[in-house]
Amino acid sequence: MIAQATNFAQNVDNTFIIIVGICVFFLVLITTLLITFAIKYNKKRNPKAVNIHGNIKLEIIWTIIPTLIVLYIFWLGWSDYIELATPPKDAMVINATASMWQWKFTYSNGKQADTLYVPVNENIKIKLNSTDVSHSFYIPAFRIKRDAMPNTNNSTWFNAEKLGSYTLFCAEYCGLNHSKMYTEVKVVTKDKFNNWLNSE
Amino acid sequence: MADNSIAISSKGHESYIDHKGKHSGLLGWIFSTDHKRIAILYLVAISSWFLIAVLLGFLIRLELLTPGETIVGAQTYNAFFTLHGIIMVFLFVIPAIPAIFGNFFLPIMLGAKDVAFPRLNLFSWYLYIIGGIFVIIAIFLPGGAPDSGWTFYIPYSIRTSTNMIFTLSAAFILGFSSIVTGLNFIVTIHRMRAPGMSWFRMPLFPWALYATGWIQVLVTPIIGITLLLIIVERVFRVGLFDPSLGGDPVLYQHLFWIYSHPAVYIMAVPAMGVITEIITVYSHKTIFGYKAIAFSSLAIALFGSLVWGHHMFSAGMSDTANFIFSLLTFLVAIPSAIKVFNWTATLYKGSIDLEPPMLYGLAFIFLFTIGGLTGIMLGTLSLDIHLTDTTFVVGHFHYVIFGTTGFAFIGGLYHWFPKMFGRTYNKKLAKISFWILLVGFNILYFPMFVMGWLGMPRRSYDYLPEYQSYHVISTIGSWILILALIIIVYTFIKALRSGERTHEMNYCGGETLEWKVETPPTHENFDEIPVITGGPYDYKQNELESEVE
Repeated sequence: MIAQATNFAQNVDNTFIIIVGICVFFLVLITTLLITFAIKYNKKRNPKAVNIHGNIKLEIIWTIIPTLIVLYIFWLGWSDYIELATPPKDAMVINATASMWQWKFTYSNGKQADTLYVPVNENIKIKLNSTDVSHSFYIPAFRIKRDAMPNTNNSTWFNAEKLGSYTLFCAEYCGLNHSKMYTEVKVVTKDKFNNWLNSE
Repeated sequence: MADNSIAISSKGHESYIDHKGKHSGLLGWIFSTDHKRIAILYLVAISSWFLIAVLLGFLIRLELLTPGETIVGAQTYNAFFTLHGIIMVFLFVIPAIPAIFGNFFLPIMLGAKDVAFPRLNLFSWYLYIIGGIFVIIAIFLPGGAPDSGWTFYIPYSIRTSTNMIFTLSAAFILGFSSIVTGLNFIVTIHRMRAPGMSWFRMPLFPWALYATGWIQVLVTPIIGITLLLIIVERVFRVGLFDPSLGGDPVLYQHLFWIYSHPAVYIMAVPAMGVITEIITVYSHKTIFGYKAIAFSSLAIALFGSLVWGHHMFSAGMSDTANFIFSLLTFLVAIPSAIKVFNWTATLYKGSIDLEPPMLYGLAFIFLFTIGGLTGIMLGTLSLDIHLTDTTFVVGHFHYVIFGTTGFAFIGGLYHWFPKMFGRTYNKKLAKISFWILLVGFNILYFPMFVMGWLGMPRRSYDYLPEYQSYHVISTIGSWILILALIIIVYTFIKALRSGERTHEMNYCGGETLEWKVETPPTHENFDEIPVITGGPYDYKQNELESEVE
């Protein structure tokens, strides 16, 4: 299973489970009807078809119910998303620069690294930039992704709650070694992080 | 193509295949303005490109069997998936159903002798061929096959040294072929319907082509202009989209998806039209909710043109834009759901004949439902942030595009093949290959949903070992699927060469006008233009009842 290292990931997964539930329900419903009808109303069993031109009541029902369901799903997705779209003001800022085909992270004191070290339980804002083509900053365990493009000011944020190391991918196809453009996010304790940040 | 021996129809009429025009032999085909011959020209060209793209897909899956290099290097792999996408999208899926079945059957279903502009129709085929030649040039010219992905995202497509200009020109020319076909169909539907065929007496396949025609005419010029602008930017270094020249890459993404999202409906809506015909014919009853299906085609065309931004939720659009695009995306789900419910309801109390086309019809509904529901997941903002640019998206659009257009194409070919060629095919082989195809399809594409949820980025040559088991399953699925395709191709070729001849006009109990003309149709389709007095699927009941009485 995929790691769930942020509170946001927890929310996304809850939404996912609800939607998967709804989808499985409809898929099973439709598939069952298809198979049942194909057997029950088979030519051999039912040589004479009955013409039914339609049914206004049914049309209304199967217009309104899906409408309500999709509006509900839309709302679930939007309410998670808006949390992701508004980084807390006190967040610690790290600059991430993407270039073909590597990541570079620059911290406030000027320290640079190609692995993303972050302290646990702290709001981290990542400012994204690219030196060449479009890339995308993607940490599956955090369920976040944001494109990094030259001359644009994209950013994202997270608050990692679990210590550990997670994969950070480039998700936007960027040429020859796109698939090699991944690194690690290391979530460490605050002390460890400060030691690392202030070391040479 | 069918052989040239004389096939005199039951009434002693000469079929379009044997018709002697100004030219004979091959010239009689490539200079013919007969909509049916043009359809066959398209069938040959489009099927050939389809098989090439399938081969590329097979190689992509083979490469992904193991992490690192399996059969080719990264550059070749990147060219494989780029070409697979370009050929499938521009040379197969977009033209397949309108240009083949639309050309062949639209005039017949409307009670017309040809489309409104027969010469323009032939011209569009030539544009298609020229576009295809440009793709071939782009592959083999020094510089290397294109590696930008079929989306041509800037800045990469400006920077890559591969043959982008020929590739972009190919897409540009193919776009015009599509516009011309769409325009032709719109005018044909407005002007050429038989006397008495009011809009709501028109079969639903023409309705689907009508909705599609408008999308083709309205949005294709946008991609045309955009592709020209990339060429201008590459050649003259004018800053439009490339940030290093002062341009905006997000602007490019908008312009690209303003066309390319509706293009999904150019692919899917005609397929829905085919399936609607198949389901009513093989249920031997009228369609359930005729108007609901007709209007939902138009609703999909309309809403579908307004949702392109959902491809860019992570690109850095404003939150307001994300809100609106996500909401509109959900609205497209509604007419799609309405169609699924109406098709399913059509089966109720039918007399269902599980002939090969019907198997494809039922599988279409099943696969389209999975494709549609995973589309709902991708339309959900928070889920899309996680899932976009992963293999989840690849799984989703293969369910939607292969599961609909691909299945409708094969199912439609079985449905109309004897009508088009006056030959029957081996139904047993057709059924066996159907089941192999369905199983292979799901083994191939379903693991992509799982991998994608686990974070596997798409368009990746290499991957981490934790994803390998899913890749292996998917690759095995591709072998099963290709086995089925080989049997299907064999079935059709065998039917063309040595299938039993048939002149039975109505071999499947259909009620639309193509079942009232000769098999194969004559050069002018009708001796006399029919006068329409009822709905397209209405009179079926009377006949059935009279049979029983």
